Amino acid sequence: MVSIMIKKLINFVKEYDSKDDREPRSKKLFGLAALYNTPNEIITAAADVAGKGYEKFDVYTPYPMHGMDDAMGMKSSKVGYVSFALGLTGMCLALLMIWWMSSVNYQNIIGGKPFFSLPPAIPITFEGTVLLTGIATVFGMLILFNQLPKINSPLNDTDFMKRVSSDKFGVVIKADDEKFSDSEVRKLFLSGGAFEIQEIYYRETNLGIKTPIFDGKFISIIFATAILTAIITYITLNIVLYDVVPFDWMWKQAKINSQSKSDFFPNKAGMREPVNGTVARGFLPYEYKGMPDSSVKLLSNPLAVSRKVLERGQERFNIYCSPCHGYFGEGDGRMKDQFPKPPSLHNQKVLNWSDGNIYHVITNGQNVMPSYAEQVSVDDRWAIIHYIRTLQRSKNASDEDLTKAK
Amino acid sequence: MSFDSTYTRELPLVEAKKSFKEIDEVIALPTETKPTKGWWIAFSISSTALLIGAFCLSLTFYYGIGMWGNNNPVGWAFDIINFVFWIGIGHAGTLISAILFLFRQKWRTGIARFAEAMTIFAVMTAGIFPIIHTGRPWLAGYLLPLPNQNGVWVNFSSPLLWDVFAVSTYFTISFLFWGIGLIPDLATLRDRTTSKIKKTIYSVLSLGWTNSNRNWSNYERAYLILAGISTPLVLSVHTIVSFDFAVSVLPGWHTTIFPPYFVAGAIFSGFGMVSTVLILVRKVFNMEHIITIGHLEKMNKILLATGMMVGYAYGMEFFIAWYSGNTFEQFVFINRAFGPYAWAYWTMVSCNVIFPQLFWFKKIRRSIPITMVLVILVNVGMWFERFVIIVTSLHRDFLPSSWAMYYPTLVDLGLLLGSFGFFFTFLLLFLKTLTLVSISEIKAVVEGAQPTIHPHPGGNGQHHD
Repeated sequence: MVSIMIKKLINFVKEYDSKDDREPRSKKLFGLAALYNTPNEIITAAADVAGKGYEKFDVYTPYPMHGMDDAMGMKSSKVGYVSFALGLTGMCLALLMIWWMSSVNYQNIIGGKPFFSLPPAIPITFEGTVLLTGIATVFGMLILFNQLPKINSPLNDTDFMKRVSSDKFGVVIKADDEKFSDSEVRKLFLSGGAFEIQEIYYRETNLGIKTPIFDGKFISIIFATAILTAIITYITLNIVLYDVVPFDWMWKQAKINSQSKSDFFPNKAGMREPVNGTVARGFLPYEYKGMPDSSVKLLSNPLAVSRKVLERGQERFNIYCSPCHGYFGEGDGRMKDQFPKPPSLHNQKVLNWSDGNIYHVITNGQNVMPSYAEQVSVDDRWAIIHYIRTLQRSKNASDEDLTKAK
Repeated sequence: MSFDSTYTRELPLVEAKKSFKEIDEVIALPTETKPTKGWWIAFSISSTALLIGAFCLSLTFYYGIGMWGNNNPVGWAFDIINFVFWIGIGHAGTLISAILFLFRQKWRTGIARFAEAMTIFAVMTAGIFPIIHTGRPWLAGYLLPLPNQNGVWVNFSSPLLWDVFAVSTYFTISFLFWGIGLIPDLATLRDRTTSKIKKTIYSVLSLGWTNSNRNWSNYERAYLILAGISTPLVLSVHTIVSFDFAVSVLPGWHTTIFPPYFVAGAIFSGFGMVSTVLILVRKVFNMEHIITIGHLEKMNKILLATGMMVGYAYGMEFFIAWYSGNTFEQFVFINRAFGPYAWAYWTMVSCNVIFPQLFWFKKIRRSIPITMVLVILVNVGMWFERFVIIVTSLHRDFLPSSWAMYYPTLVDLGLLLGSFGFFFTFLLLFLKTLTLVSISEIKAVVEGAQPTIHPHPGGNGQHHD
C-alpha cells in the first residue's frame, strides 16, 4: 500500500519534472540578439554598436571580459560609493551604540574602568564597519545597480541565454532604442561576424497580459506556508521552548517547594515548621492581646518625633486609617455610607487617651474595627500615633501654637 | 598514486575555444549525475559521525555540561579547543579567495570556491562550540546587545563579546562572498539543466542573472571591494580569538605574540585541511586537470612558510618566559614541555614544525601520498596546539592546592567526532549540489579567453595592445 503510494508520488514528481515550462511569448519584440564565437569578435562588435550611437544595448559573456567596459563606452562602476557610505555609517553606528549603551543608557561599573573609552570599542567598531560595508556592497550591487532579482527577464529561458552562459558571446540591441531598425541592426551584426541572429520577444507576464501573482496555485502555496509557519512557531515557542526539559527555564527542579507534599517527613508536608516557642524577629507577641483597654497602662511611644516619622505616619494613616476615619480623623472617610461611621479622633475621650490606649486599639481592634496587627508593623503603629497627635493638635490649636509657628 | 606525468600538465583545457563547454561539463557533472558509491560511503560515515555528535549534544543539553571532563582549574577544554580549531580552518578559505585575489594569483581560481565553502562550514562548526559551552544555548540571543526586560546591555570591553561580533561578521561576509561568486555559476547550471524542478531552484538562486556586461562591471567591482574588506577581517577574527586568551592574566595566555601567532596558525591549519580534502575530491570527481598538482605544490609552500612562523612563535614564547624573569611564566613553559602533558606538546611541535620541513624538497611537495600524510599531521598538530595552549595553561594554577589533571569524557570525544561529521556532511552535500570550482572564474583565466585587442566606441579601427 505504502510502496504503491510512494511509487505514484515518484511518478508524479518525475512527470512534473520533465514538463516543458517555457512560458508563452507575446508578439512584442524585446530586441535582436547576435551570437559571436571569439572574444575579439565580441569586443569589436561591442565597440561598433556603441560607436553607431545605440544606447539600449548590452553585451553578454560567460565570464567578465577585460576591456569590455571601455569598448561599450561605459563609465566605471559606482558600487564603491555605496560601500563607502554604508561603511562609514556602520562605523558611526557601532561607536554610537557602544557609547550610548555602556555610558548613557545603563552605566555598569566593570573593573573600575571608565564607562566608555576608545581602545576596547575598536574591535566591535571595526567589525561593524566591515559588516555594513559587505552587506551594502553585495545588496547594493545586486539590487540598486543590477536590478536583480529579476527572474522573468525576456532574455532568460531563451536559446540565446543558454549559449552566452556557456561558451558563446552575444550582443542584444533593444527594440525600444531610438535608432532601432530591424534591417540595419541585422546588417551591423552580420558585418561584425555574427554567426546567428535571434529575435527575442517579451513574455506575456512582462507586458501584464498574465499576472502570476493571482495564480490560484501560488496563492494557496503562500497561505499553506503561512499557516504552517504559524503552527510551527506556536509549538516551538509555547511548548518546546517553554515546557520541555531542558528548555523550561529551570522551573522543574528536583526539590520540594514549601507548599508541596513530601513523603520524607512524618507529617507529609514539604514545609518545615519552626520549633515550638520560636519568635520571629520583629514579631514579639502583644502582651495585652484581647484584654480591655482599661488594663493597658504601661505602654508609651518609643519613637521620637521627627519629620521622617511624621511623614511615615501620615503615609500609613492615609493608607490604613483614612478609609473610615477620614484624612483628618473626623470620621468622614470614603467608606462613610457603606460602613458604620467611627467617632471623631478629636473628641475628648481620644484626646485624653494615652498613646498606649491608641496603640491597643490599633493592635487589638475595638467594636467593629478589626485588629491591624497583621497589616501595620509595630513601628508604623507608633508613627501613626504621632501623626494622630499632630492632627489633634492642629484641630485644637491654641494661640500660643500660632506664635510659635512664626 | 605515483608521480604521474599527467599531473604535471597545467590547465590542459586551455587549448581551444570549444573547451568552455568542456569546463561546464566537467564542473557541472557532480550536480547532474547520481551520487557514486564512493560518495555514499563517505556520506554514510560522515552522517554517522554527525549522529554520534548529535547524541552527545542531546546528553549535554539534557544533563548539562557536567557530562564533559571540564573541572575546576580546567574550565575551558574541548569546547574552546574545538572552537579555535575550526575557526582557524576557516581562515584558509578567506585567504585564498580574498588575499590571493588581491595579489592577482590566478591559480587561486581552481581552489577558491571549494576553500570558501570550507570556510563557511568550518565557521558553522566552530560557532556551535561557544554556544553550547554557555550551558543553556537556547538563551544565546543574550550574547548580542538586544533590548531586554532588565534594561542592561552586554559588556563591550570583554574580548568574549568582541568574539561574538567578529565571528558573526566573519560568517556573514564569507557567506556573501561565496554567495555572489555562486550566482553566475548557478545561472550556467540553470541554463544547462533539463529538469523543471532543478531549473526553478537554480532560477531563484541565480536571481535571474543574465551574464550582461553592465552587470559584470558592477559585479567585479563588488567582488574587489569584498576581497578588500575580507582581508583585514580575516586577520581581525583570529586576532580577536587570541584576545580571549591574551587579554586575561594567566601565564601562558598573557602574551603579546598571540595575535600574529594565532593568525599564522589559523592559515597553517586551514591550508592543511584544504589540502586534505582537495586531494580526495580532485580524484573522486576527476578534476585533476582543473585542480592540478601545481595547486597542491603552491599550497605546500604556504604550509612550509606558515609552519615555520608557528615554530618561531613556539620558540619566542620560551625566550620571553626566560627573558621576562617571571617565575610563573617560566614554570608554565617548562611544565608544558616536560610536565604531565609533555606528550601533547611534543606531538604539536613535531607535527607543526618538524615534519613540514620535508616540504623543502620539490619531490615531496609534488608527491601526493606524502603530502596527504603530512597535511593530516598538520591537522592533528594544530588541534594539539590549542589543547596545549588551553589545557596546560589552566591545569597548573597559581595555587598548587587547586592543581588538577584534565581527562576528556566519552561525550567530549563524541562531540569532537560529531564536529567532523557536521563539517563533512555539509561539505559532501555541497559537492553534489553546487559547483566546487567557479565556472566563470576558470573560464576567464583559460588561455585565449581574454581579447587581445581593446577597441573604443569612437575609434574606427582596432589597435593591438
